[in-house]
Parts: sequence; C-alpha cells; structure tokens
Amino acid sequence: MSHRPPAWVLAIVAAVYVFLHAPLLVLVVFSFNESKYSVEWTGFTLHWYQRLLERHDIVDGLVRSVAVGLSSTALSTVFGTLMALALARHRFRGRSFVEALLYVPIVTPEIVVGISLLILYVLLGWPLGLTSITIAHVAFNISFVTVVVHARLQGMDGSLEEAAMILGADEITAFWRVTVPQLWPGILSGAMLAFTMSFDDYVITSFVSGTGSQTLPIVVYTMVRKNIEPSINAISTIVLVVTTVMLIVSDRLSRDKPLSAD
Amino acid sequence: MSGGPSVRQRVLGWFHERPTATAWALLAPGGLFLLVFFVAPLVIMFGYSFMERGLYGGVEAGFTLEHYAAFFQPLYLTILLRTVVMAVSTTLICLALGYPVAYTIARAGRFKNALLFLVILPFWTSFLVRTFAMIFLMRDSGLINSLLVKAGLVEEGITMLYTPFAVMAGLVYGFLPFMILPIYSSLEKLDLTLLEAAEILGAPPRARFFRVVLPLSMPGVVAGSLLVFIPALGSFLSSDLLGGAKQILVGNLIQNQFTSARNWPFGSAASFVMMVLVVIAVGIYLRVRDADEAREA
Amino acid sequence: MAESVVEFVNVNKTFGDFRAVRGISFHIEKGEFFSILGPSGCGKTTTLRLIAGFEHPDEDGGQVRLHGDVVNKKRPYERQLAMVFQSYALFPHLTVEKNIAFGLEMRGTPKAEIPGRVREAMDMVRLDATNFARRLPAQLSGGQRQRVALARALVLRPSILLLDEPLGALDLKLRKEMQLELKTLNRELGTTFIYVTHDQEEALTMSDRIAVMSEARIAQLGTPAQIYECPRTPFVAKFIGESNFFEGKATGRSGDCWRVEGSGGAFDVPAENGVTQGADVIVAVRPEWLDVCAPDAVPAGENAIAGTVRDVIYLGETLHVLVDLPGERTVTVAVRNEGQLARPLAWKKGDRAAVAWKPEDCQVLELGDA
Repeated sequence: MSHRPPAWVLAIVAAVYVFLHAPLLVLVVFSFNESKYSVEWTGFTLHWYQRLLERHDIVDGLVRSVAVGLSSTALSTVFGTLMALALARHRFRGRSFVEALLYVPIVTPEIVVGISLLILYVLLGWPLGLTSITIAHVAFNISFVTVVVHARLQGMDGSLEEAAMILGADEITAFWRVTVPQLWPGILSGAMLAFTMSFDDYVITSFVSGTGSQTLPIVVYTMVRKNIEPSINAISTIVLVVTTVMLIVSDRLSRDKPLSAD
Repeated sequence: MSGGPSVRQRVLGWFHERPTATAWALLAPGGLFLLVFFVAPLVIMFGYSFMERGLYGGVEAGFTLEHYAAFFQPLYLTILLRTVVMAVSTTLICLALGYPVAYTIARAGRFKNALLFLVILPFWTSFLVRTFAMIFLMRDSGLINSLLVKAGLVEEGITMLYTPFAVMAGLVYGFLPFMILPIYSSLEKLDLTLLEAAEILGAPPRARFFRVVLPLSMPGVVAGSLLVFIPALGSFLSSDLLGGAKQILVGNLIQNQFTSARNWPFGSAASFVMMVLVVIAVGIYLRVRDADEAREA
Repeated sequence: MAESVVEFVNVNKTFGDFRAVRGISFHIEKGEFFSILGPSGCGKTTTLRLIAGFEHPDEDGGQVRLHGDVVNKKRPYERQLAMVFQSYALFPHLTVEKNIAFGLEMRGTPKAEIPGRVREAMDMVRLDATNFARRLPAQLSGGQRQRVALARALVLRPSILLLDEPLGALDLKLRKEMQLELKTLNRELGTTFIYVTHDQEEALTMSDRIAVMSEARIAQLGTPAQIYECPRTPFVAKFIGESNFFEGKATGRSGDCWRVEGSGGAFDVPAENGVTQGADVIVAVRPEWLDVCAPDAVPAGENAIAGTVRDVIYLGETLHVLVDLPGERTVTVAVRNEGQLARPLAWKKGDRAAVAWKPEDCQVLELGDA
C-alpha cells in the first residue's frame, strides 16, 4: 500500500503495543524470579510453579474451571450451532424476536447477568454450585457461539447443500457430508471462544458459586486481594499460555480451510 | 423406492413442509435456555426493584418506588455520574488510541496478520490476569516505582494504585482491543481506489482522512464504542482491585447490595438504571448502523 | 409427438408478496436444448429451481411434471436430475474425483464401478485425470472448475441436465469454446439440457428452443429464428437483438397490407396479426432489414420515412447509420461493411436520407407490454 501512516501515528501505535503487552510480559518474567517480595531480579526459579501444586485450592479450582468450561462449552456449542443453522438456512416467522433475544446477552453488563441469575437461583431454592455456574456460563455463551457459527455459515455458498441434494443426498446426509465439513472450523472456534470465556469468567461466577465450588478465577481473585506473591504470577502465566495456545489453534482453523472454492 | 417412504423420509418430508416448525425446532433448545436463564432473571430482577427489602437479603411482597427514589439522591447520583464520566472517558481514550492502531494494521501489508494477532491475544486473555498485571506494575513497591526510584527521577515511589488514574488505566487496558477490532474490520473493507479517487480530485491527506476514511469507518467506530462503553459502565473489578474502596462505581454499588448491604431491591433498581443506560447506548448504535445500511442500499 | 420430459401446467410461485412465477405453461422434449432467457428478476432462475425441486409451486399453483409424473412436492434428491450451478458449488473439502463421485455414492452405484465412471466423466469434459483427480477445487482455474462441475453432473448419466448460467464467470474466449462443447455434448449424449441465461447471444447460439421470460411470465417461446425474426412483443424485440420501432394508427386496407399513419410518416404493414381499422399499431424492424437511401430514390413498393443522418458508426463487420426522423426519433440502419478504405460509405452526418424497408420485413407487435 502506498500511503504509509505518518510518524506520529506510528509512535502512538508502538506505544499502544507496548502498553498492551509489556504488563503481561513483566508478569510472566517475574513468575520465574526467586525473590518473594522484591521486584529486583534475584535469580531463576520454578519454585512458584511447584508451590501451585502444593496448594489444593488452586488445583481444585483449576479442575472445577476445566469441568465447568468443558460442559458449558459443549452445551452452548450445540445450542448455538443449531440456532445459527436456523437463522442462516431457514425462512421463518419471528426472526427479529430471535435476533433480539440473541443480542440481549451480548449487551447486558456481566454484573447484571450475575445478580439476576443469583436472584433466580435463590427464588427457585436452587443450590449454588458447579451446576449453577455451568448454567450461567451456557447462558452467556450461546449468543457468542451463534454469532461465530452464523458468520461462517453466511460465508458458505448456500448452493453447496443444494448441489448435494440434487446429487441425491437427503437433508441429513447433505448436512453431515457437506455442511459440517465446511462448518466445523467455525464450530470449533466458537467452542474455543466459549471455553475461554467460561474459563476466564470471574464476575458472573462470583455471584453464582457457593462455598466449595470456587473456580480458578475466584481463587486467583482471593489471592490478589489477600497479598501479592509470585504464585499469582505463576498461575497467571499458565492461564496466559493456555489462552495463547487456544487462540493460535482457533486462528489456524479459521485460516487453513478455504470457505469456498474461490 | 419400493415399499413406500421410509420413516426418515417421512420425518424429513414433515419438516420440509413446515419450514417455520423446522426453524423453531432448531431454535428451541438454545432459545428456551436463553428465555429461562437470561430473560426471565432480568424480568424477575425488574420486579424485585419495586418490592420491599427483606431483612436478610431477598425481598418482601409489596410495591414501592422508594429504591428508584433513593437512587436519585445526591450520594448515589454522584456515583452514577462518576460511572458515566468514567465510561465515556474510557471510550474516548480507547478511540483515540485504538483508531491509529486499527488504521495502521489495515495498511500493514505483510505484517497485518501478526499485528492483528497481537491485538486479539489480549482480547482473549483473562481480564482478571490483566488487572493483576496492572497491579503488579503500579503498586507502591511495583516495577514502575522501583525503576523510577532507581533512575533517580523520584525519591520515593509515587502512588498510582488506588487512584482514579489506576482505574482508568485498567479500564483502557482491558477494553482497548474491543475498540481496535471493529474499527479495523471496517477500515479493511475500505476500497483503496476511493482514496486514489479523492487524491486525483485534489484532496490533500488531511481531507482524504476526514472526508473519506473517517466517514466510511464510522460503523466500526460506533460498534467499537458500544463494545467499550457497555463493559466500562458495568465494570466493578477494576475499581475494586485498582481503585481500592475509594472509587465506587455503580457496579460496586450493585455488588455491595447483594453481598454485604443485603438490599436486593435497591441493587435491582440500580441494575435497571444501568440497563437503561445500556439500552440508550444500543439505541444510538442501532440508529447509526441503520442509517449507514440505508445509505449503502 | 416427441416425448415430453418436463411439463409446466399453469405454474405459480409466490415468495411472500412477491410473485416470482405467474401461471406459466410449457413442455420440454426429450433431447432438446431448451433455454430460459430473460433479464435478472424475470423468474427464470425460480423456474429452473422449480424443476430442480429447490422450490415447490404454491398450493393450487399448477403442476410440475417430470417424465409425465406430477412432482410438485418431491424433494430434489428424489428427482434423479443433475445440475450445474452458477457458482459451480464444488465441495471445497473434497478432491476433484471425490466431488465427481459424490452423486454416484449417493445414488448407490456399486463401489467397484465408481472409479471407471469418474474417469469416463473427466474424459468427457476433457479434464486430464492423472493431473487433476487429486486436486482440491481451490487449486483449479475458473475454466477447470467449470469442467469439474459439468463432469459431476454428467457422471450420473442424467436424462435431464439443468444449467444455471454456468458460463457466466468465464472470459469471452472460454465461454465461446464451452458453448460449442455443451452443444456437442447435448447432441452426443441425447440428454435434455435446460439452460438458464441472461445472455441472448448465448441462447440463440446453443438452443433448439428458447423461452423468453419477462416479469414472471413467458413472453415468447420458440426456436431462435422465430424469436429473433418474429418477436411477439416490444419486450422480446428489444431484449433479443436490436430493433427499431414505428407506431401509428391503421387507416385503411389495400390488398395484403394495412396502411398505418404515424406522426413521422405513413407506412404499410402485412395484413396478418389481427390489425383492424383504427387500431394502434406498433411494428419492429431489425437494423439489418432497413436500408438507407436518398429520399428521391426509394425502391418501389417499400416503406420509407425521410430524415437526416446523425452519425455513422464503424463496428467492423457492419456499419450503423443513425438517422434522425421527425418526432425526435433516431433509427439504426445496419449496412454491410464492404471496406471503408477501398469503398467508403457515401453517407455522412447532416445528409438528407430516407430509411426504407419492405412491408413484409416488419413484425407487427402485440400491445400492452412495454
């Protein structure tokens, strides 16, 4: 491209990238620092990672987060994919109602989601625990999965399914043999997004988790409030690595597979 | 085809003749889930905001407007005003920082994907972890202060944490990618021959930007602003961890009513005031978007 | 009468308030190359999709018949058809050979038979199997994709092949080449081709018969010569080739001709086509059937209207002489190019000239259709 942005623009851009990444980089580096209190570099250690394994609350929190993440991702991915199929491939009455319904979770502030669900659970006398957390995560993830899968479906040539049908495939066969192979990168990246949001969520979870069902973010929050020690850097680093790997995988998935022949 | 249609064919035929039923069958699981676990709770919460306060949390039957009235006392109005000012300034700062970034990425040629990836990465990263990263840097004995002292710029650490500045920095840090990505995608779609057309018509760089690029990227600007404004409005983690108890926002107020203060109806009313602001923001967004779509059609 | 493989009986199709197809009836004979021609939005694609089974006629919206059976409600996969899509619709995740084999698998062809059939189909469309069989659609050029799409349809040995603007995305040279190949395949295989296009030249080149559609109806159905030489309505006359129009009122009959008086002058038209005394008449005359001559040298028995030469346009094969006539109208006369360097045309801008034509060369059109 011929028009290069002016120097002052590039300066802002460089500053923004430093602003976005330096704090995380520092965080990671100091997870390997020996000293407990100082921000002086005193030597390399894996001590803080070992300490994580000794702390049952962290290990338990991690296990809970993964369990909630996987189950809420599975449910929201199925629900969201079905909704995206309906929106992209069917003419039906009440479409604008459904679209509005899908918008609500995207624009509602997390804190409102959290307390309104808390109210519902208390009203129903439903115990707070892993189930209540999972339901909350499914509720806020369905819309995001739907949006991601729907975008993929819209990029897909609708005549592919018609081609399959005229070649002799019925709707179900056409779905499995043609739609799903085209769609699965979209479904997977929707699922990855859902898992990441579930795995990272603190605000909503904090309202709907009971005692004994603290997920990892809840545990980390408590640690941050209590006292800052390098174990937090270590657990943060692990979360960062997991997220980065998920993002790279999802990015590859959406890039490698061509959407259509051209 | 002998022996009449199979069960499978009959089922497919039934759905085929009822397209609306087919669509609703696909929509039902997710749609019902959203109605029960998203919409219904909001409706119940709305109802709660008119009820009497229960003694140990919860509500008592009754109808009252006192919680809304209470919210409009100076004490709470200050909090509301502070929250709105905070959300608006976060949005503006994100816009000022994010637009140049989006613009640069859109014309970064072979670096485009790498630069984009570096914006998406924090977008996917835990907000809590990122807030902690800010604490780690900004606390009194944190890295910034220790570097400043070592460089001899200050004698003892300056206080950054637990100030409005820290909250603001945390919010901008948290939501900047939400601003960059939509602006980038609208700039990406921009037809570059339009710029050449403007140039050949005699427009200098400044005019090309303000008369062509900026108007055409407005959908991205508006979408990005909405995506920053809404979570900034509802934020309580940043003010909680970075602002200490000093910078109470509506988010903290609501959280408080459901935890220590145990005033659920008041918390519900505050939530609804927040939702009203969200609806206004979404309304503005939709108006701009529709006007834009109408222009394109 | 030849066997009719597709038949429409008064078919209607409505989408919401939009009537895409209104009461159309026609039949297509076995082995025919049948084109459905019209501008975008005329209902031609909907007509094809009604045959394919992607759309179904309205309730009480007539009948669609395939091989004599009413198939109004049959699904596409129950119709044993083949189709080439405008976008080709090749499955991006399958190689060329798997794309071609897809239909055979779906229709339960024995596994052992499939590789041979795929090879045969690739030969038929002149795609080198050793080179292309294992490629993905994304690794092919536009022309190659087109051939794969065709092979995927032909491998089924369909009795009816539907083609939805299949050549639209190709460049001109390749398009001409494929037109000939399609025509040859149609002859050799005996397959009925039903071809949707908005390109009138393409339709004239390939078709045995053409249905011209306009505003959800069939404006005219006939052989290319019938359509071109005897357009029934002003729409058909304008849409296919170029036409000059002359209007007036029938004032009197003399022998085989009616006299028509218009604002620009009087002319004779053939007495068929139900012209009556005092009726409004509009006729179309093709540019190549008009002559331009000096106003005082009009051949005997020809209609002539005098005017002024506006411009002469060089087109290569022909020259177009544009003549301004009274009533602010300009007509186009096509003149064969006999070499402008050796024997230049005598007409130039500003000359007084008359356009002339034989009464039998004008086609009286039906009114009430723009």
